Amino acid sequence: MKSLEDLKKMREQALKKVEMREGGKNYRVVVGMATCGIAAGARPVLNRLVEETAEKNYDCVVTQTGCIGMCVYEPIVEVYGKDGSHTTYVHMTPEKATRVLEEHIGKGNVVEEYTVDAVKGVAA
Amino acid sequence: MYRANVLCCAGTGCTASNSAKIFDNFNECLRKYGLEQEVKVVKTGCFGLCQKGPIVAIYPDKVFYCHVKPEDVERIVSEHLYKGRVVKELELSDEDLQTHEKILDIDKIKFYEKQQRIALRNCGKINPEDISEYIAMDGYQALGNVLTTMTPQDVIDVMKKSGLRGRGGAGFPTGVKWQFEKDQPGDEKYVICNADEGDPGAFMDRSILEGDPNAVLEGMAIMAYAVGAHVGYIYIRAEYPIAVHRLKIAIKEAEEYGLLGKNIFNSGFDFKIEIRLGAGAFVCGEETALIASIEGKRGMPSPKPPFPAVHGVWGKPTSINNVETLANVPQIMLKGADWYASMGTEKSKGTKVFALGGKIKNTGLVEVPMGTTLREIIYEIGGGCPNNKAFKAVQTGGPSGGCLTEKELDTPIDYDSLIAAGSMMGSGGMIVLDEDNCMVDVARFYMEFIVDESCGKCTPCRIGTKRLLEMLTKITKGEGTMEMLDEMEQLCYEIKDTALCGLGQTAPNPILSTLNHFKDEYIAHIKDKRCPAGVCKALLTYKIDADKCRKCSLCSRNCPVGAITGVAGKEPFKIDPEKCIKCGTCLTTCRFGAVERV
Repeated sequence: MKSLEDLKKMREQALKKVEMREGGKNYRVVVGMATCGIAAGARPVLNRLVEETAEKNYDCVVTQTGCIGMCVYEPIVEVYGKDGSHTTYVHMTPEKATRVLEEHIGKGNVVEEYTVDAVKGVAA
Repeated sequence: MYRANVLCCAGTGCTASNSAKIFDNFNECLRKYGLEQEVKVVKTGCFGLCQKGPIVAIYPDKVFYCHVKPEDVERIVSEHLYKGRVVKELELSDEDLQTHEKILDIDKIKFYEKQQRIALRNCGKINPEDISEYIAMDGYQALGNVLTTMTPQDVIDVMKKSGLRGRGGAGFPTGVKWQFEKDQPGDEKYVICNADEGDPGAFMDRSILEGDPNAVLEGMAIMAYAVGAHVGYIYIRAEYPIAVHRLKIAIKEAEEYGLLGKNIFNSGFDFKIEIRLGAGAFVCGEETALIASIEGKRGMPSPKPPFPAVHGVWGKPTSINNVETLANVPQIMLKGADWYASMGTEKSKGTKVFALGGKIKNTGLVEVPMGTTLREIIYEIGGGCPNNKAFKAVQTGGPSGGCLTEKELDTPIDYDSLIAAGSMMGSGGMIVLDEDNCMVDVARFYMEFIVDESCGKCTPCRIGTKRLLEMLTKITKGEGTMEMLDEMEQLCYEIKDTALCGLGQTAPNPILSTLNHFKDEYIAHIKDKRCPAGVCKALLTYKIDADKCRKCSLCSRNCPVGAITGVAGKEPFKIDPEKCIKCGTCLTTCRFGAVERV
């Protein structure tokens, strides 16, 4: 390492290792990972979220939680915004997860068609 | 890429409670559940809340598990990491530490709320054995800026303006110290990091070195650049094996990354660091003795002047700074003198790390802005004395310091206010004493320590402290006289005035301060032959109240010396004072409160 530039590069690479300990992200993406969620396929969804967030530097942390109580709608992904907003996405797949990251986290647009309200509406 | 980090404390406290096994179990268990690609386990330095150790923190969830046992690991993995359900029983649940919220967030734990962590900022956050994690936390950025954009005088000016004073205890302004050395002629100069932490009950420097060794290396490199040195020594005691191990790794990594060695940041500045192990003599924390020890001589102090800045290691100009002082340096260079000077009191800037110990609920390591009161540290962060015992005093400054009582609890802590109150800052040990501590015994403990640690070079310290210990021992045995108190006090002042180095000059402080605040306890020992706290064995007798005795024989069966006789179910039991060794076992075993200590 010979310059401040080198140090900066190194820091950016290393930041991924520790940034989840720092907080300060705009969104918290929470995946339901109880038995129901896992059985319904939450694990690949979680993995996709983690990978893409790392790769594309989305402004969010991805974490997990237990059973949310709507097992019938699993896999469920909830997105909490710093502004207090809260969106629940249901019947998620890795592909849908990618889109939620792109649209919601990346651009701030809720993907209405995947939300619990939209799905409920269709079911009813 | 990992979705969660499991941070296992690998400080000395938690390591002693088997945290290395916890770390291994996590790795094994994660493999078992197929999560090794998703969850990373990291060894970190001390979280500070040693009382609750071993500690495991899980990010990004910010869940704080305490008193974790190796066998709990599987549950944390299968429940929390696999299914996302926090294991509630293992979460921090102490009311004194918790907030009102049920789900606990590390940042909201009361223990941390009042703290401001600068020297400890990475402890419990990063892996101390991985330099890249330090770099991610802005590590070596300060050194880079200093070497590429500042002159040595610029650096010293920032340090002077920041108001940082030596954290080893004496509180000498760091920038001024560096200026002295810089102004010396010659181009062979040295810097030393004093890691010979020796006060009983102090473990601040140890934890910094274990938790964030690179911060100290960076601080040393900046100091070396400012004063014009190219070689630095870290003088550390061999009984800090984890700290030594991590320092070695950090130095090796920094050399590999080109952050130590030749032509750092292409600036033409060369700097290397060597470790020197001390054998653990208290006096070697004194700078002239420390230098003698580094040179391979017997660790004994020499008169000042000449000061080390003029005539230090190998006879060359040398600056010596304490670990905590150096850990503050990179942050000051990064964030500026004004930022640092905005914290603290008028004459003591910044923060100070304290090792809280003794009769306190939350034993651990805390860092607070100067000017925080003792009450805030002891009650709001430390949680007060356990078992509803009454607070009696707090000992600060180790064997060189003194005791402060209830009256002084609202003193804002800084170098000058503590001295005015009759104690001193010292390196940051803070030992809380409650109603069960005998102050004469406390003074005797420190004097015993000093007698052991006196190097023997000067007469006042070698013989004077020995005489003080003899008198104190007599008093604790009930053989003291009132004249002894005056004699002791006079001898204290003589030692203070005539001893060669700081060790001897401050050695009488624990006696003087206890005499000042707790003279009544000394008098009770001398006149009434009584130890009010019930500590000094020679002055205690144990008795069994025949009316209360249920003749169960439990005390007799537990007495290690067979001093208690009676007939079970028939005759009340009795203690033979000739045989009794006053161990107190009968008192704690009796279920009916029939045993009395008088």
